[in-house]
Amino acid sequence: MHEMSVALAVVDQVEQAARSRGAVGVESVSLDVGELAGVVPDALAFCFELACAGTVLEGAELFTRSVPGTARCGTCADVWDVGMPPQLICPACGNAAADLVSGRELRISEVRWADVEAEADAAHVRIREPIPQES
Amino acid sequence: MCRVVDLQQAVLAKNEAAAQILRTELTTRGTTVVNLLSSPGSGKTALLERELLLARERGVPAAALTADLATENDAERLARSGVPVKQILTDGLCHLEADMLARHLHNWLPEDTRLLFVENVGNLVCPASYDLGESLRVVLASVTEGEDKPLKYPTAFGLAHLVVVTKTDMAEPAAFDEAVFRTNVQQVNPGVEVVLTSVRSGEGAGCLLDRALSAAEGSAVHAPVMAQARA
Repeated sequence: MHEMSVALAVVDQVEQAARSRGAVGVESVSLDVGELAGVVPDALAFCFELACAGTVLEGAELFTRSVPGTARCGTCADVWDVGMPPQLICPACGNAAADLVSGRELRISEVRWADVEAEADAAHVRIREPIPQES
Repeated sequence: MCRVVDLQQAVLAKNEAAAQILRTELTTRGTTVVNLLSSPGSGKTALLERELLLARERGVPAAALTADLATENDAERLARSGVPVKQILTDGLCHLEADMLARHLHNWLPEDTRLLFVENVGNLVCPASYDLGESLRVVLASVTEGEDKPLKYPTAFGLAHLVVVTKTDMAEPAAFDEAVFRTNVQQVNPGVEVVLTSVRSGEGAGCLLDRALSAAEGSAVHAPVMAQARA
């Protein structure tokens, strides 16, 4: 159970981003969680609520998107879903996978700020208008 | 109405940055870190007791940190080898993080330390996610734990640079099927070396020390497939 450490790390990073933008509230945080990341979304959601208490994230919703593990064979270039437990031996030719293409992500993909005025000032933060489904 | 920000940030980036700083700092001063992971009771302490004693006999400057939720029992055991040992009490936390390790090393780690062994909290889930700045990550499994342990805890075994089987003196009564265990290890971590050890029979004596020294000398360690995808 290291979900509390993960939740605290998420809150810490969103707080930093909020400070740099002068954001006063957070509506939601979206996370990409690879199926090999070793994080249990339900446990994380529980910890996230506790970790948000008393911060600018208080009351924020957490959305997690599961990212399947995929691997690529270096010998025959086959790409396959590794499943769980992961199969890192190529099902087509029996050689070891050359790359794990995805599956270990643990990444904050998106934050929805409650305020409308603030502008991003950090170069790595990209702002876009909400798509209709998000409004 | 609200603003949506694509904030592409790795959640554990802070730990990874701290681990990288620690790795660079320690490697520069000639210290190589070995991170030992296993479930509780697999024999991390027993193996380390033996390997530390061998390090002392061979004149390799080694030190060890051992982490538990409570008690200093393991530090007392390891200290008998005569090398510098420190207990980390995590107060309930299930794993070590890089900055915790850095804090404990500060003002403690002897300057000339060549090998620093870190015995993580007995747990195959959480410690797997935290880089401690190690150059060699070793995952242990005892013969009584079942051949499918690598499949049940794929992240831990999948990220190992070396897999150590312990308590092989009990392999027969435990009906341990070595071939099945090896196949399962290869499924989650193709190409990783698996070594057999028993502190009772003496099998594999020095294997950990030898691999650690080899990593310290700059030999390439195994590159797990699972370690490649990270965002």
